[in-house]
Amino acid sequence: MLDKNGIARTIARELKDGYYVNLGIGIPTLVANFIPEGMEVQLQSENGLLGMGPFPWEGSEDPDLINAGKQTITTLPGSAFFDSAMSFGMIRSGKVDLTVLGAMEVAENGDIANWKIPGKMVKGMGGAMDLVASARHIVVAMQHVNKAGESKLLPRCTLPITGLACVRKVVTELGVFGFDERGFVLLERAPGVSADYIRERTLGHLSSIGQEPEIQWA
Amino acid sequence: MNKIYADADAAVADIRDGATLMLGGFGLCGIPEHCIAALVRTGVRDLTCISNNAGVDDFGIGLMLKGRQVRKMISSYVGENAEFERQLLSGELEVELIPQGTLATRCMAAGYGMPAIFTPAGVGTEVAEGKETRVFGGKTYLLEMAFHADFALVKAWKADRLGNLVFKATARNFNPLMAMAGKITIAEVEELVEPGDLDANAIHVPGIYVHRLVVGTHYEKRIEQRTVRTPNS
Repeated sequence: MLDKNGIARTIARELKDGYYVNLGIGIPTLVANFIPEGMEVQLQSENGLLGMGPFPWEGSEDPDLINAGKQTITTLPGSAFFDSAMSFGMIRSGKVDLTVLGAMEVAENGDIANWKIPGKMVKGMGGAMDLVASARHIVVAMQHVNKAGESKLLPRCTLPITGLACVRKVVTELGVFGFDERGFVLLERAPGVSADYIRERTLGHLSSIGQEPEIQWA
Repeated sequence: MNKIYADADAAVADIRDGATLMLGGFGLCGIPEHCIAALVRTGVRDLTCISNNAGVDDFGIGLMLKGRQVRKMISSYVGENAEFERQLLSGELEVELIPQGTLATRCMAAGYGMPAIFTPAGVGTEVAEGKETRVFGGKTYLLEMAFHADFALVKAWKADRLGNLVFKATARNFNPLMAMAGKITIAEVEELVEPGDLDANAIHVPGIYVHRLVVGTHYEKRIEQRTVRTPNS
């Protein structure tokens, strides 16, 4: 089974040199820690920054310099600032190569729900609807089951939708999942987790030959 | 030409009950904190506020919510404000949640003199309910109308007295778009300089969009999530 860093490290294998990447809040943020040495990847923060750097050293925090999670951050040589319309312009026009975000539910057709629990949570969608409507390659990082132990990989989303048929890949603590015309496809298993174990915890249709390889990191 | 007002109180004095306002900022970063404080002092009510976020309980737009000055909020993310959530669930506050890029681009459209935009954000979701759609190149888009505001309240880093604005780092966010969209735009700035002191190549919003200027002092610039590196991390 993967921990949060394991999920992030697995997703980091999607990165390629020269990529522009938007990382959502939570596990997706950790992907930045696994960018391979020597690979040039630019992180986009949708509040108006390309080339996001690490957190500042204590004492050098700048309230005017934050990421989309409202955390204090830094720039890097070559960073660029822009307004929110340009930020979503680069997202909408498909310039961002990879988007990684969390989800409450993913459906077997690639629908995603991650912004609202009716009657319970009213926070808003932020930039998620814009990202999932336009990004070329969308990877979801999430736990396989919710706190009640129910599968988050479903035949259909039960919560309000964020975007339709947009997710290309899902990485959970149990494995890596793609999609075909029938539903989820198990691509790799987390170390020590059997295909049967994964199937028992997946409510959506899951194709598996039972012999999928375990996840390996370079 | 005199755009300079003595203080934020003078600049917002003619904002009346029922007005529609745009307020710049992302979270608490780049918010017009002096103009918000002045609005709280005027006690103006029944406001419609277009702003990406709604502040926190005791800072930013949260202060206006606490005073029940806001009738309707149009935002993309409001997760940091318990009083906001209480007023929403009790029905005291009307809220329209819209995608962040849609919010930005609807402001942009107003400043560019365009009545509407098409965006794929929200297609197939409850955001699309009742909205016109159109297919371009096989992909469905929503028709979203430009936002108009009686007043735009923005925060800039520097201005000259002609109203040319320069923003700092990610405090830029929605501020230039809203500055361009307001019927009357009030910019509060940290530093006022002489015409010619700002590099004409590096002006983010030209002064034609800016009607009133206020120089703010003692900015609190509260940080929502103070995250730092440690030697071990």
